This record gives sequence, structure tokens and C-alpha cells, in this order.
Amino acid sequence: MILVLVEHDRGVLAPASFEALTFARAFDCEVHAITLGAPADELAPYLGAYGATAVHQAHHDLLVDYGPDASADALVSLVATLKPGALMATGTDRGNEVLAHVAARLDAPFVANVTGENLDASADRWELTRIRWGGSLHERATITADVRLLTVALHAVEPTPAPAPAVATPMPFTPTIDPSAAITIVRDRVKREVGQTLATASVVVGGGRGVGSAEGFEPLEALARELGGVVGCSRAVTNNGWRNHTDQVGQTGTRIGADVYLACGISGAIQHWVGASGAKCIIAINTDAAANMVTKADYAVIGDLHEIVPAITAAIRSRRGV
Amino acid sequence: MRVLVCIKRVPAPGARINVTEDGLAVDTTNLGFTTSPHEECALEAGLQLVEEHGGSATALTLGPPEAEEQLRYAASLGVTDAALIPTDGTDWDPQRTARAIGHVIAELEAVGGEFDVILFGNESADSGGFQVGVRVARALGRPMITGAKGLTMDGTTARVQREIDGTQEVYELRLPAIIGVKEGINLPRYPTMKGRLASRKLGVQIHEAVGEPGGQRMVQLVSPPEQESRLVVLGAGPAAADKVVDLLAERGLL
Repeated sequence: MILVLVEHDRGVLAPASFEALTFARAFDCEVHAITLGAPADELAPYLGAYGATAVHQAHHDLLVDYGPDASADALVSLVATLKPGALMATGTDRGNEVLAHVAARLDAPFVANVTGENLDASADRWELTRIRWGGSLHERATITADVRLLTVALHAVEPTPAPAPAVATPMPFTPTIDPSAAITIVRDRVKREVGQTLATASVVVGGGRGVGSAEGFEPLEALARELGGVVGCSRAVTNNGWRNHTDQVGQTGTRIGADVYLACGISGAIQHWVGASGAKCIIAINTDAAANMVTKADYAVIGDLHEIVPAITAAIRSRRGV
Repeated sequence: MRVLVCIKRVPAPGARINVTEDGLAVDTTNLGFTTSPHEECALEAGLQLVEEHGGSATALTLGPPEAEEQLRYAASLGVTDAALIPTDGTDWDPQRTARAIGHVIAELEAVGGEFDVILFGNESADSGGFQVGVRVARALGRPMITGAKGLTMDGTTARVQREIDGTQEVYELRLPAIIGVKEGINLPRYPTMKGRLASRKLGVQIHEAVGEPGGQRMVQLVSPPEQESRLVVLGAGPAAADKVVDLLAERGLL
């Protein structure tokens, strides 16, 4: 049996959890889900659709909000009684953090960011593919353990409902969590204003070194506003102090999943490509027709972004009759 | 305040990474090396803590003997002590790495006293295992939080701010504590000339690597297949703007 951690924020499901459930079904054995905290109880019906036949619902005062220690204690507590062949989560910040804490508690190996490719679970020692360098390099790795701990790399598996949906039987339980061991407790949490974030925006207008200055981003901002999108940037831009790191698209920044990414004056180093490649359509604007960002893009306009970006904004406005 | 920063030598991010013929290592022939980006920020955070609260910062790395270069770079920024756990340069699994680092931290603390704060990068740029700091924290019995984008201290407590999926979280950790730092927490400083000179005199302590291999083993590194070019050049200069707008309209974005 495989146990899948389903992530949520006060009962709001993290959609990437469906990727982990889809991945778990590839192992051709029973799939159970686990949710942490009572606010997640209502998620059970959605999990059955993705093949979970049971959902273990951990209830505890220390699980109202996310905390890595309490979460890991709850998982370890269930793993001890259920003895699954594997415990899987999604390769989100939280998913990787919690499984690292579980691995540390069990002194067991933990393989982070596995892709769906070439799984071999036919022997005790599983062989898997995982990503390195944010996906620009793949590693074949083996894991030998009673309970294999792994996370599924974000967006590496297309979430697909089970061909035969199951009914996920709710199985509430109270995990053993030592309050004194739950040493990392969240003291304060603020949900950011509702609106577009870099990770979820449908249009991202990105700027790189070619933008030239902090002020140079104003035309990019104008275009993003026109399209209801947000502005992103490359690492060179944040290193120059032109924009805040929260705007950075890349391996050490945010991975975008936009319908359209307009990459303006960005050379397209691997570090940036890793964050940009999730966009469904990439349009590069660059003076250098041989730049990585251009050759890897779907479409390109060759030329100076300082002329082209305002021209696009103007063309949108004129087409709208503004 | 005694601060320890654990860093890793990695090929410079941004470069194309090629694999050796046997697929067991990264081909380093044409690569420059640097400190992993999150750890550059961990170094900066550690140095800022020392500037604000006094004390000293130590850098520790596990890696090939050449990783001494990254320790000297740390010294050029203001770190005053450095420890190297030399390996044969092969890929160490995360459990083994954590065991060796935990062992050496205990050795360093037996001589110089407890570290109030131990900083790691959130994950290494190359292997990206997301776990060594957490494992070390567990072995030492200390609280640990990753993803730090803000860090303040008041003597007995570390206050860590981070942002996950649009939610800002603040954690309070009793010292001594271990914190995984993310790029963006600060802008790392550059070495000064004085720092560069001082770094040449740095005495690097060599510690033996102690630690059994864990249950994860690297079999082979594989370059993902090159994506075939699908590029359509729409044109040159502002004249091509209309074609861009056509594409946006086709996708329902107007």
C-alpha cells in the first residue's frame, strides 16, 4: 500500500496533490491518502476520484495550521501502524520539508523530486528518476528502505482522475504528537492579498538584464496591467537590485505556469529556463537572435524591447479601441 | 553569538551541465565553481547576525579538497574560522552527508562551545535533496525551519519569516536553532581587498568524514533530451507588435 500526503491550507486543497495521487497509482497497489487537521476532512470525496480508497484524517490541536514538526509526528505515527510500502508527497516547499522531517525521524532515505519516468519497483530496491539542477539534469537513483519516502516533482506528472473512481473511506485518527517536540510552531500567518501571483498568473511579462534599470520596467508593468498579468524578472535583475527577489523567475525563484510568458531582454540561462519552461507559450523579445531564450522560445521578435514592448501595449489598446 | 554556516561547492549556476561518459559525475572540464546560491545568502545572513550581536562566524563544507576555495571566499567576506570535511569527490547521499556534518559540528562545539545558530541553504543547487539541514537538526536535537526569507534574533529566540504558496508564516525558534535560508533574504556582499588578503591567511581545519552511507544511491546522471526547436520568428522591431497581439488574442488574453 502507498500512502500519499494531501496538502491543503486550512481545508483548501493544494491541486498539486492530485499529481502525487496520480503518480502513486502507477505502482499498481492500493493507494491511501492522509490529510492533516480537521479542516481537511471535507476533501475526502475529491481524493476518491483520484484513486484513494481510504483517507486517514489526522485530528489534533497542533494540526490546525501547518507546522513541520507536528506534521511529521502525525505522519510517523500513522506510518508506524499502517506500515505502507511508501509515503509520498508533492515536491512543494512544504512537501519536501515535511518528508525531510519524517526521514530524519525514521533515519530513512528520502528521494526528493521524482519524475514519472522509468519507475522500477519490481524489487525491494526501487529505481527512480529524480531531478537535479531544477530539472536540467536527471538522476537515476535507487532507494532501499522499509518505507520509501519520496516527493513527486511539481508538474512532472499530469494529474489524471482514476479510470475507476474509488470511494475514499474516511478514517479519522488522533496521532501522537509530543507538544514539547513540536518546537517549530507558526506564530503568525498572513494570507497575501487575493490576486495574481507569479506562480499562478496567466500572463507573465519578464524582464532581464536588457531592461537596463529599475525604471526600465515601467513599460513592462504597463503591458502586464493591460493583460491582467504580472511582471517577473531574471536573477541578473534581482542581483542588480532592480526588483525584489519575489519577482524572480527561476530555479532559486518562482516556477511559472502562465499561458503566455513574454521574456524581454532575457538571455535565458539554465537557471532562468528552469523557472520559465512551465509556461505554455513563450514569446522572446531580444536584440540577440542567438540568445538561449530566443532559440528555446515558441515565438520571437528580434529587436529592442524598449521599442517593442510599448508598441505591443499600444497595439492592444488600439485593437480595443481605447 | 556563535554562528555556523554550512555551504556547498557547486558548478556555477547558469552554465550548461554536461555529464561524463560513464554518467557517474558532472563533467567539470569547462565549469567554474561557486557557493550554492541559497548558501551565499546564508553566509550574508550569518555575517549580519555577527555584526549586530557580536561573536564570530564559522564556515563548514563537505566536498572535494578544492572546496577550500569556497571556504576562503567565505573568509574574504568576514568568516573567521573554517572547517573542511574532504571527500573523494564522489556523490554522497544525503544521509551520509548529514551524518558526517553532524559529527563534525559536535567536534567543533566540543572545542569552541555551542553554536547559537547554524545556517544551511534551503537546498543545494546541484543535487537538491532538501534534507541535510533537517537531518542534522534532528541529530543535534535542535529546532529547524527551512525557507527563511527574513531572520531576526533577540538573544534567546530566532524569529523566522517565510512565504509559502502566498501565505506568509512567522516562526519562533528557541536558540540554539538551525535555519535553512532561501535566496532573496538579502543581497550578498562582495569581498573587500582587506578581506581577500585576510582569507589567504585563513587556517582551514580538516576533519575526517565519519558517516555510513544511507539508503539512497545515485546510479547514473542523464541529460534530459534536448528539446527540438519550435521557434517561429514573428519579425523584427516594433512592426512585429501586431503579430504578438494576434497571438495573445488567439489565446483569449485580450
